[in-house]
Amino acid sequence: MPADDLLREAQRVMTICNACRYCEGFCAVFPAMELRRVFAPRDLKYLANLCHNCRGCYYACQYAPPHEFMLNVPKTLAQLRRETYKEFVRPSALGRLFEKNGRVLALLTAGCLLLALGLTLGFQPRELVLGVHQRERAFYKVIPYEFMVWPFLAVGCAVSVFLINGIISFWRGIGGRPRELWDWAANLRALGDALKLTYLGGGGQGCNYPDESFSNARRWLHQTVFYGFFLTGVSTALAAFYDHFLGRMAPYPFWSWPVVLGGLGGLGIMAGGLGLLYLKAKVDRAPADEGALSMDIGFTVLLLLTALSGILLLLFRDTRAMGLLLAVHLGFVGAFFLSLPCGKFVHSVYRYAALVRNAQERIREGK
Amino acid sequence: MRSAEDQLVDLEKEYGVVVVGGGNAALCAAMTARETGTSVLLLECSPKEFRGGNSRHTRNLRFLHEGPTSYLTDAYLEDEFWEDLMLVTEGQTTEHLARLTIRESRNLGEWMEAHGCVFQPPLRGTLHLSRTNAHFLGGGKALVNAYYARALKIGVRVLYGAEARSIELLEGKFSSLVVRHNGSEHRIKAKAAVMASGGFQADLGWLRQYWGDAAENFLIRGTPFNRGHMLRALLALGAKPVGDPRQCHAVAIDARAPKFDGGIVTRLDCVPFGIVVNRDCRRFYNEGENFWPKRYAIWGRLVAQQPGQIAYCLIDSKSLNLFMPSVFPPLEANSIGELARNLGLDPRALENTVRTYNAAVRPGRFDPTALDDCHTEGLEPEKTHWARPLDSPPFYGYPLRPGITFTYLGVTVDDRARVILQDNQPLPGIMAAGEIMSGNILGKGYLAGFGMTIGTVFGRIAGREAALYARG
Repeated sequence: MPADDLLREAQRVMTICNACRYCEGFCAVFPAMELRRVFAPRDLKYLANLCHNCRGCYYACQYAPPHEFMLNVPKTLAQLRRETYKEFVRPSALGRLFEKNGRVLALLTAGCLLLALGLTLGFQPRELVLGVHQRERAFYKVIPYEFMVWPFLAVGCAVSVFLINGIISFWRGIGGRPRELWDWAANLRALGDALKLTYLGGGGQGCNYPDESFSNARRWLHQTVFYGFFLTGVSTALAAFYDHFLGRMAPYPFWSWPVVLGGLGGLGIMAGGLGLLYLKAKVDRAPADEGALSMDIGFTVLLLLTALSGILLLLFRDTRAMGLLLAVHLGFVGAFFLSLPCGKFVHSVYRYAALVRNAQERIREGK
Repeated sequence: MRSAEDQLVDLEKEYGVVVVGGGNAALCAAMTARETGTSVLLLECSPKEFRGGNSRHTRNLRFLHEGPTSYLTDAYLEDEFWEDLMLVTEGQTTEHLARLTIRESRNLGEWMEAHGCVFQPPLRGTLHLSRTNAHFLGGGKALVNAYYARALKIGVRVLYGAEARSIELLEGKFSSLVVRHNGSEHRIKAKAAVMASGGFQADLGWLRQYWGDAAENFLIRGTPFNRGHMLRALLALGAKPVGDPRQCHAVAIDARAPKFDGGIVTRLDCVPFGIVVNRDCRRFYNEGENFWPKRYAIWGRLVAQQPGQIAYCLIDSKSLNLFMPSVFPPLEANSIGELARNLGLDPRALENTVRTYNAAVRPGRFDPTALDDCHTEGLEPEKTHWARPLDSPPFYGYPLRPGITFTYLGVTVDDRARVILQDNQPLPGIMAAGEIMSGNILGKGYLAGFGMTIGTVFGRIAGREAALYARG
């Protein structure tokens, strides 16, 4: 559906919802809706990203299809949400990558793997790549330190700049002024909502995912991935600290903080990611945005493969397979980071921004 | 296509209890009967997507409680409950049944939660009910979904699209139902039956008997499946009627609403802030008589009495944001004449009515939260509160039609939910619960969330009694 039609449909849906309000206990979207009487595009884009897709409002809706009002709140907001990903991505030329996003991710991953394997095998002697390396600096014997640090630092910086610009353009797009983003009270509240994933809780009983019955499975699985991802980040930061300030070079012993945290994080990502994919395979598609499927699955699979390649590298780092596994893992990590601004990952930053906006509105309302 | 639930249903077998209906009362009866170990078949006339009767459109339930809970702010005791009921019914109730309902409603929330209901504290629009009424998270359809899930889990058999057409007795006792399902008729046998199939407001032909051609212009706010087959069948078997057959709960709703099932979103709360005219551009009632929640239920009848059963509520830009938003945007114009043309009214007649009204308005201190002193003088009919001149364009107009919520005609029951015959003897094996018998208790008016109270209390009684009867 073209963006204008989507906005019109979202406006129609929210106008009916605002006259009903039975769903106001489910999440933040409906109380935020009730603060408005008319819905400008900026309001709708905000509400679309505030929606966590718990689907409680679909199964509870007396106007859901086949009722002639044909209300499908989660689907409508999900479609509009995907439209906002395209609209607010910076640089805006990347917007087109949200079309057929799964294919984009597959090509990107293939490219990164080829590059990593090609460079490793092309520039390093085969016996080095396929040799056994066990001491400190073992990884850097296969892929030199500079080749690991600088390209990833460059990618990390570029991606951060893109994402920050994306948040700012989204924030403006939902009617906020940039300095309002630095509202500490609102950020604190939004952080709490994000860390607890409050709005996949459906008011305590869980959300209607994958079907009409209530379950907290998706919330738990999502947070397993979320905290797993967080742990891998902590592990990487710790490793950098060991390297630069303690002079200790990777690989680190099995019972060291970077390995334990990274390993747990990787397992969390895999367990949670597999669980989420399993739920998605079973999910009732009626309240879902079909167009988001390839973006969702592509992102989860890439994250899973990145974690899996890391775990394999850890398990086989003392064998001849280490060199190739390292190249493969770096290929996946590279592809994952490059995909951040133009894939499903952006849901986290826009939703967080929407939560900040919502916290500001609630604080203003005295709630 | 048969749903998963349908496939479990054996139409040949004799059930302990058959429940006709698929809303709150039917589900409460079915679960209660099933919990005694009896086999239970529930016949829902609608397809699965529209299951739940008018309970789909509800939002809360009123029950007696001695103190605050996580979703109710304070106590609500028998005396106050009784007085509230007296206020709306003006005594048109059966005292022992009404008192039974109130007493049996004590702490009903706990039973409901044990059967899957989730409550939420009221948030915005319903704060005035926060002490007396418990709100279902997600509203009535969410409650109905939870009850179906629970009922199926404990082994209640459910058949959708099953329309009970007639009742068969054997030696004066209930024996079977004739049920239409998937285009063919079946005789379904059971030892006892619970009739929880609602009123007859969706049968326009039946409404016509009392209202004549005017009934053609009524909109039905709830389910199109309450056609009153079982009510008619019970009356034909000699059940003693209760409630005025001509009466129905009717409110003024947006005339653009769907014929059926428009539910809550079609209501319009703008009347006290504007003027209401009929198609001849004449005002016909004091729009500012009292607060809207105390008056909305008389406006359905008022509009039904106008030519063509249509009226128009006019406001100006001063009042646009004073009431709950509704589903359809108002018609808008920069002059009264233009608004009249948009609404299909005579511009000069409407201008004349507005001019006369504006001239009769006396200055006052406008306060939408109080019975303020803004009123008219020398106008017939007068407007006694919130009267402000219509002078600030743009002007807005909403067309109004009568929206029927439910009918009052029902069958008499005793305190064991047994259907009572003309000779005051119970009809053996048949119980009734919900709208089909609520006229015993609510003979007039309406009390928010009380229909669900009657349905839950009498659903449980009927389920219990039917199971007892079935066991002999």
